[in-house]
Amino acid sequence: MTTASLPARTASRGSGTGAELGRRPSGLPGQRRSTNLVIYFVALILIGLTLAPVAYIILGGFRTNSEITVDPSGFPSSWQWSNYTDVLGSGTFWTQVGNSTIAAVATTLFVVALGLMAAYALSRYAFRGRGAIYALFTAGLMFPMTVAITPLYILVRSIGLTNTLGGVIVPQIAFALPITIIILVPFLAAIPSELQEAAAIDGLGRLGFFFRMVVRLAIPGVITVGILAFVASWNSYMLPLFILNSESAYTLPLGTQAFASRYAVDTSKVLAFTSLSMIPALIFFSLFERRIVGGLTGAVKG
Amino acid sequence: MTSVRDEISTGPSAPEGIGTGGGGALLTPPPTPRTDRAVSVRSDRVSRWMTRAELALLLGPALIVFVGFVILPVLMAAYYGFFSWSGFGPATDFIGLRNYVTILSDPDFHEALGHNAFIVVASLVLQGPVSLALALLLNRRLRFQSLIRVLIFVPYVIAEVVVGIGWGLILQSAGGLNSMLDKLGLGAIAADWLSDPAIAIWTLLIIISWKYIGFAVILFLAGLQGIPDELSEAAAIDGASYWQVQRYIVLPLLGPTIRIWAFLSIIGSLQLFDLVWIVWGQFASSTAGTSTMATYMVSNGRNAGSYGYGSAVAVVMFLISLAVALVYQRFVLSRDTAGALTGASALGRKTR
Repeated sequence: MTTASLPARTASRGSGTGAELGRRPSGLPGQRRSTNLVIYFVALILIGLTLAPVAYIILGGFRTNSEITVDPSGFPSSWQWSNYTDVLGSGTFWTQVGNSTIAAVATTLFVVALGLMAAYALSRYAFRGRGAIYALFTAGLMFPMTVAITPLYILVRSIGLTNTLGGVIVPQIAFALPITIIILVPFLAAIPSELQEAAAIDGLGRLGFFFRMVVRLAIPGVITVGILAFVASWNSYMLPLFILNSESAYTLPLGTQAFASRYAVDTSKVLAFTSLSMIPALIFFSLFERRIVGGLTGAVKG
Repeated sequence: MTSVRDEISTGPSAPEGIGTGGGGALLTPPPTPRTDRAVSVRSDRVSRWMTRAELALLLGPALIVFVGFVILPVLMAAYYGFFSWSGFGPATDFIGLRNYVTILSDPDFHEALGHNAFIVVASLVLQGPVSLALALLLNRRLRFQSLIRVLIFVPYVIAEVVVGIGWGLILQSAGGLNSMLDKLGLGAIAADWLSDPAIAIWTLLIIISWKYIGFAVILFLAGLQGIPDELSEAAAIDGASYWQVQRYIVLPLLGPTIRIWAFLSIIGSLQLFDLVWIVWGQFASSTAGTSTMATYMVSNGRNAGSYGYGSAVAVVMFLISLAVALVYQRFVLSRDTAGALTGASALGRKTR
């Protein structure tokens, strides 16, 4: 990961010298500046298009319902904080935040633990059936949850987990495992075997090597995988929709939708609720953004 | 069990996939697994049992959860698809292929399938060029570079529910967009974006593109970073213009990333559910003409109390996705190395 985050960091820091280091050595400095202006302009428009709906939701939460009815696209004139404070003061919102947090944290922890163990076995042990097991996990990508949701619901119901967070967590772990293993196997395979030999000479078995060394060396991959699992769980909609029926067990996406349909006339409060529900994922993501992009860009190069 | 060593060569190859990212690197052939000589050399019986115990310990939990909650439900769907079953008690009413006959002759399903097909094609045509152009534009050192990237990625991180509710309020007849058009003197363009069957599917396409273009841009940027600068520089020195460099050097090298993105986008479009369900809901989606195979499955399966029928729809969806995936892999991805498919799908199955 260190290798991955480096380019991004130098890139952002090196903005002053950016023009000189630009990819295209041809062209006069003046031309370059004008192309850069065009690029900034395009980027600005792009970001405007990207953020406008988000801004609409957030700003709408500061307006009154009559304002929204009279002029749906106006700016807030009086900045109603009460919409937000009402939502923040309601128990249901925090219950749902709690439920989403429990589901996301538990999913992430188990996915990382199980995935790391399985990826270690698949990347550093040679055994009969290794290929078959690896193929089985990768085939999991061909089974999106949409296809399996009906029988999954029946299965969860038959083991008595409907309406519990466990009924959401366990299937989420199962469906996140293929991605996790596929990302982690190359990470673990890239750990030099000399390290393991050295550890073996020092008396560490393979399991000891796993717990003492691999878990630490794999942290960059673990973070990428963990963030993907966390955000997927935080935003997950279809599975909770099937599994959770009682409002006390609702996760945030379900709760947001329930709130939106129940208080459909109270548009401004719906917008406030919706804005608040997206904040945790946004914070979490911006904290780790570089890790995600870095994990996609090229974390460990052999 | 043969000696541990013999199997190394026949063992599967783990795709390098994600790790190296970029151009060809995203699809580099898998590395041969490294085994520790120190351990495999002492292959006496005790250590072999130890190895098996270790493997069971390491692989067991993941395998149990995976087989139990991914493979088993899919097999269950295949089984229940042959029954007329309300979801309670044992399924006894075996009706053979009748569910499948009903599905394949139901005009509602044809309609949903048509919508899926439209979204598959239109997503590729719309999102591909736009996100490629954006990635090429942003693939240089810019002020606020990381900020720009984070902001572009925002829609991908926001939950589908938030996206659906927000866009739903903006696009409804008395919503933000129409009111804004009025103010700009463009009231003539204002329309029933969500309920007019002639427009709704395009609206859906715009919402999907808004949500998932950021992911494509980031993916392409990751791919572009894997292309060595020296190639473009050498071409530029030889007199190639900026556009020639992009067209003849960068795009071909980005090919594997583009093909993987297209695959993810196709599979995502075929499975589309959340956004349609949130914005339109069960009934409006069929009248507005935005139903998909997945919404058809939920309305006619679980919500209608026909679990056997819902399972059969799931099987049909799965077979269609599988067929598309196999054809795509055979004719498009075949030029990239094997294992690439699985390697890069890891990037995110939620791409649409």
